[in-house]
Amino acid sequence: MEVLLDIFASANFWAAAVRIATPLIFGVLGALLCERAGVLNLGIEGIFVAGAMAGWIAVYLGAGLWGGVLVAALAGAAFGLLHALLTVILGLSQHVSGIGITLLATSVSYFTYRTALPSVTSPPRITPFQPVAIPGLSDLPFIGPALFAQTPLSWLAFALVALLAFVLYRTPLGLAIRAVGDNPGAVEAQGLSVRALRIGAVVAGSALMALGGAFLTLSAFDAFFFGMVNGRGWICIALVVFASWQPGKALLGALLFGAFDAFQIRLQAEIGQIVPGQVFLMLPYLLSILALVLVARRADYPRALLQPWFKGQRH
Amino acid sequence: MGGRTTAGLAGRAGQSGEHDKGATLANRQAEIVLSLQGITKRFGPLVANDGLDLTLHRGEILALLGENGAGKTTLMNILFGHYVQDEGSVRVADQILPPGSPGAALAAGVGMVHQHFALAENLSGLDNIRLGTEPLMRLGASRAARRKIERIIAESGLEVDLDRRVAALTVGEKQRVEILKALYRDVRVLILDEPTAVLTPQEAEGLFTVLRRLAANGLGVIFISHKLGEVLAVSHRIAVLRAGRKAGELLTAQADRRAIADLMVGKAVAEVRRSAPTPGKALVEFRKVSLARGVARAPLTDASFTLRRGEIVGIAGVSGNGQAAIAALLSGLAVPSSGQVLLDGTPITSANPRALVAAGVARMPEDRQHDGVVGTMSIADNIALEEVRGKPFARFGLLDRKAMRARANAAIAAYDIRCPGSDTEARLLSGGNAQKLILARVLEREPRLILANQPTRGLDIGAQSEIHRRLIAARDRGAAVLVISEDLDELFALADRLLVVHAGQVSDAGPSAALDRGSVGLLMAGQSITAPLGVPA
Amino acid sequence: MSFRLEPRTHTSLRLKLAVSLLAALVALLVVAVPVLLAGGNPFSAYGLIVQGAFGSPFALSETLNRATPLILTGLAAAVAFRARLWNIGAEGQLYIGALAAVLVGSGLLAIPAPLLIPAVMIAGFLAGGLMMVVPTILKQRFGADEVVITLLLNFVVILFVQLLIEGPLKDPLAMGWPQSVPLLAEARFDKLVPRLRMHWGLVVGLAAALLLWLMVRKTVLGFEIKAVGENQAAARFAGIPVHRTMLKVALMSGGLAGLAGVGEVAGVKFYLSSDLSPGFGYSGIVVAMLAGLSPIGTVFAALFVAAVFVGADSMSRATGISNYLADLVVALSLLCVLVGSFFLRFRVRYQRPALVGGR
Repeated sequence: MEVLLDIFASANFWAAAVRIATPLIFGVLGALLCERAGVLNLGIEGIFVAGAMAGWIAVYLGAGLWGGVLVAALAGAAFGLLHALLTVILGLSQHVSGIGITLLATSVSYFTYRTALPSVTSPPRITPFQPVAIPGLSDLPFIGPALFAQTPLSWLAFALVALLAFVLYRTPLGLAIRAVGDNPGAVEAQGLSVRALRIGAVVAGSALMALGGAFLTLSAFDAFFFGMVNGRGWICIALVVFASWQPGKALLGALLFGAFDAFQIRLQAEIGQIVPGQVFLMLPYLLSILALVLVARRADYPRALLQPWFKGQRH
Repeated sequence: MGGRTTAGLAGRAGQSGEHDKGATLANRQAEIVLSLQGITKRFGPLVANDGLDLTLHRGEILALLGENGAGKTTLMNILFGHYVQDEGSVRVADQILPPGSPGAALAAGVGMVHQHFALAENLSGLDNIRLGTEPLMRLGASRAARRKIERIIAESGLEVDLDRRVAALTVGEKQRVEILKALYRDVRVLILDEPTAVLTPQEAEGLFTVLRRLAANGLGVIFISHKLGEVLAVSHRIAVLRAGRKAGELLTAQADRRAIADLMVGKAVAEVRRSAPTPGKALVEFRKVSLARGVARAPLTDASFTLRRGEIVGIAGVSGNGQAAIAALLSGLAVPSSGQVLLDGTPITSANPRALVAAGVARMPEDRQHDGVVGTMSIADNIALEEVRGKPFARFGLLDRKAMRARANAAIAAYDIRCPGSDTEARLLSGGNAQKLILARVLEREPRLILANQPTRGLDIGAQSEIHRRLIAARDRGAAVLVISEDLDELFALADRLLVVHAGQVSDAGPSAALDRGSVGLLMAGQSITAPLGVPA
Repeated sequence: MSFRLEPRTHTSLRLKLAVSLLAALVALLVVAVPVLLAGGNPFSAYGLIVQGAFGSPFALSETLNRATPLILTGLAAAVAFRARLWNIGAEGQLYIGALAAVLVGSGLLAIPAPLLIPAVMIAGFLAGGLMMVVPTILKQRFGADEVVITLLLNFVVILFVQLLIEGPLKDPLAMGWPQSVPLLAEARFDKLVPRLRMHWGLVVGLAAALLLWLMVRKTVLGFEIKAVGENQAAARFAGIPVHRTMLKVALMSGGLAGLAGVGEVAGVKFYLSSDLSPGFGYSGIVVAMLAGLSPIGTVFAALFVAAVFVGADSMSRATGISNYLADLVVALSLLCVLVGSFFLRFRVRYQRPALVGGR
């Protein structure tokens, strides 16, 4: 009991929770944007890898950190465009295309890394983003270090939650995106382009996913490792369902997940002697499955999700 | 949107709500708002539209009348830019529309209300109306939009709760949102595709009132229908389509019912003759049957009725009032949440389509493409679909393809299924031929009970009368037949007795010979018939 | 000038074959770009790949050895995808199958020697099958998407395997390496040819492909699986037990992936480690798609993918170009064959522009 209290009372714990949540926030927002427009993007896992690799290598080759972020977003957008061409223009299986994008983005990233750095034994490092202290707030006891000493990318993630919520619910563009994921026929009948909306959403969403990858190499760590994404993309896909496709709930879900993960890491340190480490490592995946199973029945899926649309089609 | 006013709606609202036949002549002189010239559209070998010309005047209600498959919907989809015509042009006011652009049609002032609503159900009515009318990159919502819509509602009488999610609206309300969508864009031309298919006769009358008012204010309306009665009631002018061509055009005031029917069909309609029924013992009995929502879209509450051998019973009602529940119970897809369904005295206790098939129940699903056939499997496979486990189609778990093909070839011949052969994939069949396939599948076993759910929806008159003939023959053989249909004409043509569903309640309306449309309409709307039956047929 | 798409009324076998071959070819051609960027010569790289895959009896044996698990995971994906059951968890099912093989075949249970090989195979099949049956039940009961669940389970299973091989199943004689106790000699698959690594698992894979082909073509079960996959609503209406059929598919699919794991343990490594599979489960998806979900085609697609991997390894040793090139080819093949499936569904017709204008 005392152990638990110690964990929750430490500012360090909350800081870690936000740190773990940040890439998931990017990923969930990206997946959410794609799915709101009616396109499932299982390329997310590979796009995370591509974002991590592209962002890192750009910085390693001399670009600034923000330059790296931009490169990562562009890499994500490129793979998103490919996914959109296959699923929106050609109307092909979103499942298979997504898996294909993941395989492609991952292998392109690994091949590029290996080719650019053929003979390194230990991964080279860069200087990552540093926490920005917010004068006043960061000095607050306890909350200060936890919430107000994050790196700029975490702040960007929070800002994007607000921005995406605003766009979706407060602008004509968001209205059109929500409509195209529910009934593309309604959108076409009102003179808007189903294709343009869907392609735009998938490209933008994929860029967001790549930022999640970039956070890993430019902020959480300072190097690129093989296998570093480790299922984070898939977890985001589960979290979107959990969040009912709403940005606010997506933020909440990612933070809860981050808190849980931070908690298990600390718990592992306390009772790791008794329980093998793998049990703790399994928990995030099992938790995602559990979340998915619990909400699945009530989930209000975008009605047109997975449904291809051809111009002039009626139902 | 532009500076046009809503066809003078503001100025002359409410001035004329009456159907003024005298106005028709004046309308002839009014300006032409729409003209279609030489429209031809082919789908492979099929010519859906063949050199069609059509004009519409300001303030006129033009009815486009024709059987299913006559080319009405294709024509309207070309006009609205959903399809690209092979030949011909569409002119709105003075401007030729670029083909294949709904955006251009909208901008020119053409609005369309589809048979299947084009609404995003996760959005409110207001948002559906606004969708696509504002620059996408603008920030924030517009207050002017709501004010304008509220004004249109006040002027047109199209009452609807704007803030409710469309998913929660009734079918009638959804239709009003669709019409508001068009009016909000200041349309000059409003096209309605089979708008009354989903309405009760009374609701339809309400719609006609709105349309007359809109036309009186200068809107041009095209009203697509295959129902002669309502066309005569609402339109100023009638254009009849047949097999993709214009079979005739005439002023409603001068129209003769019989002549129009002949124009529509092109030959004298052979009425399917039905002898008097000789009902036998009870075969199916519903005893206070309830089925919760969930299995079917709408619940069924305490339904009690009986079907006897040798009679055809029709179920009338507006879609979504419990028909799906009755069909699910008799298809073996559901068991009652309370009450009992007896088949020949034995209660049905498990949801098992196979057991019902074995017990001699023939089931024709409401949506034949969705539930009736597997489109990517062959005709032979689809004929065998219900009985593939047993003889003659399988032995020891192995298929006997030869037996399947033989049965299919027999069915193709006996039911005149038009296809290249039994290996043809079912998706390539027309609606009528797909329905004949299902009919062949279920009638082969000489069933005791036939559930025919919307048996002729969307079929041409030829296929329709063929299917009616088969159902009547089955009745004469001694089968009990339950027909669920939204088409009152069909029910009056087929059924010996009518039941009416409304809000999950079933009421027995009695022998169809003693009924008229008006009284059935009242029951469909949930009112009991209080004598005298004053509504004209 | 414009093009119009027409749905095809019939797709010939020849067209399907052409699409798959073309997809593989295009994928191979596209990787010339990364080869050039890496400073290599595409022609010699291709030559080295072919030589590395087929150039000697040893190379051929390695390719067939690599193809063995791919045939099985390919079949696992093919049978599931035919029923529109999205099993992306073959990787996890493979590991669970391998784990079951070790539990049954390493002497922990007293099983008579002649029964060991059948016992190991049955255990692996059931374990893998169960691993897919569970997500399928979750889908049927709770509506939970099987794609995400099977993907996430892959991670869970590999961690579980690590837990066991670092703990209770750890081989004390492995000098600290995290690997399981070995299979008994009687539980191991024999070599097909002395001194080459090819083993009887290949025969198991070929037999599975043949059986599956018969199942699809000739049996009521195959008919019902097709109906359920192509139109679930119509199958249910016609009285085909949709859920039970899906569970059978899940058992078969997971079981085949489990058998792939059995083959790797009993035929190649003889013990379980967490690097048993370099992604055979995921590559199986590519194999199945390249094969157009045909059981017989799966064998050939598996050979192609195996040859690319084995050949690329050997090419990489000779030129220094990263062997991730093979993953690149495989991923591109999947996307190309997907694009190809578009042309299986539609015929592209050139169309004169529509006549516009009045008369």
